[in-house]
Amino acid sequence: MIPTPGQTVGPFFGYALPFDDDNRLVPLGAPGAVRLGGRVLDGDGDPVPDAVLELWQTDPEGRVVQQPGSLLREGYGFTGWGRTSTDREGRWSFTTVRPGSSFFAITVLARGLLHRLFTRAYLPDAADDAFLLALPADRRSTLLTTEGEGGYVFDVRLQGDGETVFLTFPRG
Amino acid sequence: MTALTQAEVSDEIAALADSYAADGVVETQPRLDYAPYRSSLLRHPTKAPVQADPEELEVWAPVFGERDVDPLEADLTIQHAGEPIGERMVVTGRVLDGDGRPVRRQLVEVWQANAGGRYVHQRDQHPAPLDPNFTGMGRCLTDADGWYRFTTIKPGPYPWRNHRNAWRPAHIHFSLFGTEFTQRLITQMYFPGDPLFGLDPIYQSILDPAARERLVATYDHDLTVPEWSTGYRWDIVLTGTHRTPLEDEVES
Repeated sequence: MIPTPGQTVGPFFGYALPFDDDNRLVPLGAPGAVRLGGRVLDGDGDPVPDAVLELWQTDPEGRVVQQPGSLLREGYGFTGWGRTSTDREGRWSFTTVRPGSSFFAITVLARGLLHRLFTRAYLPDAADDAFLLALPADRRSTLLTTEGEGGYVFDVRLQGDGETVFLTFPRG
Repeated sequence: MTALTQAEVSDEIAALADSYAADGVVETQPRLDYAPYRSSLLRHPTKAPVQADPEELEVWAPVFGERDVDPLEADLTIQHAGEPIGERMVVTGRVLDGDGRPVRRQLVEVWQANAGGRYVHQRDQHPAPLDPNFTGMGRCLTDADGWYRFTTIKPGPYPWRNHRNAWRPAHIHFSLFGTEFTQRLITQMYFPGDPLFGLDPIYQSILDPAARERLVATYDHDLTVPEWSTGYRWDIVLTGTHRTPLEDEVES
């Protein structure tokens, strides 16, 4: 079957997609809590203040989690999924744990972006990952997080210098 | 900078449509680089996406449960003390994967303008009235056959300043998850016969006419509720899965 086309998330998602503690996969100050954050920038290097990022990751042991509760955020348990919106400076962050696998899977949505984008934010010590090594050398670093700000920093550049590598999968 | 006129934007839309038709290569998704939609100019990647073999994480999706979503969230007309203004309607359909299998017990989120074309959002400055009885946001989980169902009111068209006198066709935003991370979809559902279709750069960013039609719901008289609401049917197809489905995921 032919997939339904995507469309932009538009500018007016702010009263619909966010929910309480959407960007806290674990509570602030939980044991092992780290921050994953950065900015979303456009082709002029200006901040994108109306983007949504979704995070999907394994638990610290590298297991894929299949637990409900992401919207409830009861403060215990770990669902592996979160959502956040950028602020006026294009900044976003999640409070989460270091995944046991080598990367965070990320979906990017924004006003002006007509279809969702997929990418991966690799842990700083995953630079020898086979997928990264297969990329042109000058683009590898766009998928690598760096250490800082209490965790991992990952900027998403939608266009231009240092444009983030976005992914497609075999089945579309 | 002087704002472009609708005629100038329509010319750009027509030129891109002509060039698409001449190329003869079918595209089923919107172009990310679609200049008539001005906000896309600096926000579309210029490099082709890199094909990745999905890793274990990416062939699974987040799970949402009955406690995450209250069944009442599927009725956008009962969120306030009174009834919202507008044409009450049911919107329902199935969420399927690329192989036609139902996406079961998965989250569907919707948001929309009110009957006057106004969103409950600070950035929406359209001087149409807010409706104290309508927020315009709903959620539900699909059932065991992939069906979703919302009760709402028909949203109005609204102006959006992409160019001078730009109006969006009436639409409902839909957010969908599949059984894999790779299937995530955000899109918009439209209503049949909208006179604004030809003028709208967001709708026209899908260059293939048949692909655009997939975003248009069908009026279905069998879905109306007598003396209560009209009814629209809209099915959504996600991309195919990479994981071999488990036995209990296969439609029997």
